[in-house]
Amino acid sequence: MRTRLTLLLGGLAVAIAQMSFAQDARMRLPTTVEAGSAFSIQSAGNGQATLYIVGLGQVLKRDVQLGESASFLAGSLTSAGHYLVVLAGTSTTQNGSFDVVSAHKPANLSFLAKPSRLPVGLHDGITGAVYVFDGYHNLIAAPTSISFELASPSGTLQKRLVITRNGAAWTVMDSTAQQGIDKFVARVDDLYSTRIVAQVPGDPCGLKMTAQQAGQQVRLVTDPVRDCSGNAVPDGTVVTFTENYNGAQSTVDEPLKNGIAEVEMSAHSGAAFSVASGIVMGNQIRWEK
Amino acid sequence: MNNGRLLAALLGALTLALVAIGTVWPAPSAAAYSGAGSMLRSSSTPQAAVENLGEEIRKQAWEKAYGSLANKAQFTEPEFVKDLTGYSPSLLTYSTLDRFEVRPLHASADEAEMELKLHWATVVGLSVSTRDLHVVRNGDRWEAEWPIVREAMVPPQVIPVNYLRWDVIYRGPGDDWGSQDVEAPHVRIVDMHPVDRAEGVVILGELLNEDVVPAYVSVSATLLSKSQSAIATEGSFDKIDHLLLPKQVTPFLIQFHNVALSDVGSIRMTPLSALIPASADPVVEIASEQLHPAPGASLTGQLINQSGQTVNVAHVLGTFYDKSGQVVWVADQYVDQALSPQTPVPFEIHIPEDLARNVSSQRTIVATYSFGGFQ
Repeated sequence: MRTRLTLLLGGLAVAIAQMSFAQDARMRLPTTVEAGSAFSIQSAGNGQATLYIVGLGQVLKRDVQLGESASFLAGSLTSAGHYLVVLAGTSTTQNGSFDVVSAHKPANLSFLAKPSRLPVGLHDGITGAVYVFDGYHNLIAAPTSISFELASPSGTLQKRLVITRNGAAWTVMDSTAQQGIDKFVARVDDLYSTRIVAQVPGDPCGLKMTAQQAGQQVRLVTDPVRDCSGNAVPDGTVVTFTENYNGAQSTVDEPLKNGIAEVEMSAHSGAAFSVASGIVMGNQIRWEK
Repeated sequence: MNNGRLLAALLGALTLALVAIGTVWPAPSAAAYSGAGSMLRSSSTPQAAVENLGEEIRKQAWEKAYGSLANKAQFTEPEFVKDLTGYSPSLLTYSTLDRFEVRPLHASADEAEMELKLHWATVVGLSVSTRDLHVVRNGDRWEAEWPIVREAMVPPQVIPVNYLRWDVIYRGPGDDWGSQDVEAPHVRIVDMHPVDRAEGVVILGELLNEDVVPAYVSVSATLLSKSQSAIATEGSFDKIDHLLLPKQVTPFLIQFHNVALSDVGSIRMTPLSALIPASADPVVEIASEQLHPAPGASLTGQLINQSGQTVNVAHVLGTFYDKSGQVVWVADQYVDQALSPQTPVPFEIHIPEDLARNVSSQRTIVATYSFGGFQ
């Protein structure tokens, strides 16, 4: 059994060596071609033949004079991958193969930044992933240094330098304590891609209201509503006012307007008013005429 | 074989005969429903007078109904019709009277008090309204006095509205796959509680929009058996407020019919949220909320539209909690009349009798829909 296997492997090695020799003798191919660059294929022999270059994304066909070099201009082959070469003459057919690899210089960045909106003060809340492509949209698998920068309007800058692995690099960043529109930039040399990350206020903090008589009603007004970092909670955020009096309850869901919420409710002596927003409770006021 | 043919022929002949009899001498109710006849009878008793009025309202014979009233001099026929179908477009505008019930409350020789319960068929199900009618004797006839409810008219005025509106620009079809899109709103289930009921498993809970943008929300649940295979999946349908403004909380209720909680190993909850254009207006105050204990347990209150825009349909959702603050039930009611600006409109949400004794507190929200508006 072992003898048969040895013979088989030996025969295969001899066949491959003969094929390589035959290819060298008849058709000279480049080992690799950079996407979009010029290249040539040297044939041997006499007479006319047709040269086919077949890859996953492209096919080239050219009539050639055997014994001469067939030159291909820059931009002929742009899709990276393995290409099969067939030289079909009147009496013989020769074949071989070579690889087209991505260009070294990055030309495009696909930058995925998530999320586009998040609360302030979140550790590792922002993720960025970059895929590096050449000018023909081939993924550049060679290690490339990517610079990630997250800049907030307050001037805070977070910076990370990441080397790509298999064409991709990723990082995580923290959201800062101040709300605003941050610029998230991924950069390679002079090439960059920008994403916008909105840092928004968190839950209201220290929600407080005051009450005052307004005719037959009580006017309840909140202090300017802010989160725990001091950012103003945006207008439109719902604040719920509740009045409890003598077993009856009244509620109003009032959106913030100009940073405060304001409502008028029935003025019953002994009524208890409370305020809340989402799951955050504010203060309570007992109304006595 | 011959016996079978004979039987078939006999049955056919009998059917034809019955059809002919029914056509020539129809039952009064069948004739009335086909429009060929009337179920009206002489208004010789208070009961008959109110039943005749109810029948005319059911047939939308407004002129006859108005003509039969004892107090028609106090209001016009259009006012009578608007009192029944709504002054502004509302659920009642697009409904029909499915049936009615008449119940005597008090009677003497010349006058009587009758209760008329109207069951309206609306697009969201049955809506029941009750009117107490005073009926008076007029010669040998009885005539009902209609308790007209005129809508309070808001004086002409300009109400400035400067609440926020959110518009959304989504990514386009031609954008690169790596380019950003607007983030879906972040929502969170803050409470979830399965309940075993006679009709099946009910899942109660609350959902919070913890984001700073409005959200269209819904919740679905999948019941998993003890072997983790799916038993059933259901959604909250309309037992939820689908539009949540920032930091707003909605209750939800999901029903699984014919499933026992003892068969359920676990529950998979799936909240859904999408960013939609919305407006913070109109603001509706829920006033004078009152919990009524069993029997006839309910939550009553009034809705007051604080904006200048008429709300055509209001959907009131009540969340009921026990002493420990756990949700014990979620119930709702569609208010069948429009909410005019600054005008109180009552609502009543019924609470199951067996749960009512556990209810310690409640929270009410209202979802609004305006024809031609954004909500």
